[in-house]
Amino acid sequence: MDSNLRREIIIDNYQNPVNRKRIDNKDFIHVSTRSDSCIDNIDLYVKINNDIIEDLYFDGEACAITTSATSIMIKKIIGKNIQEVKELMNNYYNMIDEKEYDEEKLGELLAYSEIYLQPNRKKCAMFPFETLKKAIKEYENKM
Amino acid sequence: MNREDFPMLKNNLIYFDSGATSLKPSCVIKEITNYYENYSANSHRGDYDISLKVDKMLDDTRCKVKDFINANSSREIIFTKGTTESMNMIIFGFMKNYLQKDDEVLITKTEHASNVLPWFILEKELGIKVNYIPLIDNKVTIDKVKESITNKTKVISLAWITNTIGDIRPIKEITKLAHDNNILVVIDGAQSVPHIKTDVIDTDIDFLAFSAHKMLGPTGVGILYGKYEYLNQMLPLNYGGGMNSFFESDKTMEFKELPERLEAGTLNLSNILAFSKAIDYLENIGMDKIEKHEKELKKYLINKLKEIDNIEIYNEGTDSGIVLFNIKNIFSEDTSNYLNHYHICVRAGNHCAKMVKDELIIKNTCRISLYLYNTKEEIDKFIEIMKGNKEIFKVIL
Ligand SMILES: Cc1ncc(COP(=O)(O)O)c(C=O)c1O
Repeated sequence: MDSNLRREIIIDNYQNPVNRKRIDNKDFIHVSTRSDSCIDNIDLYVKINNDIIEDLYFDGEACAITTSATSIMIKKIIGKNIQEVKELMNNYYNMIDEKEYDEEKLGELLAYSEIYLQPNRKKCAMFPFETLKKAIKEYENKM
Repeated sequence: MNREDFPMLKNNLIYFDSGATSLKPSCVIKEITNYYENYSANSHRGDYDISLKVDKMLDDTRCKVKDFINANSSREIIFTKGTTESMNMIIFGFMKNYLQKDDEVLITKTEHASNVLPWFILEKELGIKVNYIPLIDNKVTIDKVKESITNKTKVISLAWITNTIGDIRPIKEITKLAHDNNILVVIDGAQSVPHIKTDVIDTDIDFLAFSAHKMLGPTGVGILYGKYEYLNQMLPLNYGGGMNSFFESDKTMEFKELPERLEAGTLNLSNILAFSKAIDYLENIGMDKIEKHEKELKKYLINKLKEIDNIEIYNEGTDSGIVLFNIKNIFSEDTSNYLNHYHICVRAGNHCAKMVKDELIIKNTCRISLYLYNTKEEIDKFIEIMKGNKEIFKVIL
């Protein structure tokens, strides 16, 4: 993916993210992550049924990378089951950590394929998934 | 001012984050190695020349700190690890015994974590009540302090200058009001002592905490000042070597007088002794001159920033060298990242005063904090880069 396209995807998802809404509904698991660096702050509202991510919203204030990655993540995982989400996450983290990864499966997440060039932004790209992990854990603990 | 004294500035860096930690002049850096190369010995054990030398230098440094803040006695000066440790000593070593259930402590929502969390814990432990002085335009006014005082108020604990919006609090007036009501005053001087003249006698404050690393000194060194009568009642949080006179197998023990009683264990000697050079350095320039320089720079910076149309400034009216701003519709971290591409260091975030978001309309900001080595030329370069901010995503993505 060339750098212009990467940038376009990030800016587009940053300026017009999907599903940005605070949800007040008991069917949704609410997890909040405040980053240790005192900056990004994201709330995820996740509805999981029979191991399937049925719906997902976010709210909060964060940088361009975190916000866009959250939006892209939401689009990618609604309708997927937890196992599939974990595989996607592994694949995505492999890309970020400069390990071998499967390009085919990442779609818009490829926009972060060169984020390793800015090590201090890696955490931003991983942030939505780290937050999602918490929600999945909460779901699994309940089961 | 004196830029050639600061080796870090040779790295082609524009350093605007002195509120986090300041750069160090060569004389401070050299003194650290000087200790290790020429008189590396422990203190208070001295039967030989270099150890006596360390004792003498330690005493001299204590006296220097005493003079720097105009304290009555060097026994009122305790070496700590930093502001955070000093604050914890004040709150858990003194206030924990001084306060009782239902007593009230006044702070504000713009305090640094180290002047908040220990109080929260004490509230849980003792049942005291931590209340907030309402801020007017993010500032503390004497009227609001007056209104917040009840007959249960026992302590007012404030930063002299906040690390967020950089307002300078009217500490002398607040202390006068507090003492008229039998209230003790604790001052977090982390952002004030490096930048404005501190006089503990004139202001009459009861406790003061500050860090060497924010005032040209090394990391890992701080000062706890307390009026002798209070400090003498403070219980050590650490017991061990250096602070006891004797102890026996039958468990009798006796502790030393101040200041040693509150300085258990081997001190951070190399850095404390190097801190002495930082104080010399500041005094040679003069705190008045430093304050004036920062004020001038801040005014210059704000005027230039205002010429750029998509910049929001949040603390124009405050007197210290701190400027909070954002590029409109750009998250602060993206801005700091953009500036980082040009080797300009600014801080983004809520600056560890997490309750600030309740007060300021905006949660996250970029912070510039200026110091004596910053220049108008640096500001001009920064402004040039800021003028190009329409290209921010091309640069950071
Ligand atoms: C107002 C204020 N208080 C306390 C501190 C804590 O200082 P230290 O980390 O040196 O203990 C800081 C430093 O960021 C500060 O700005």
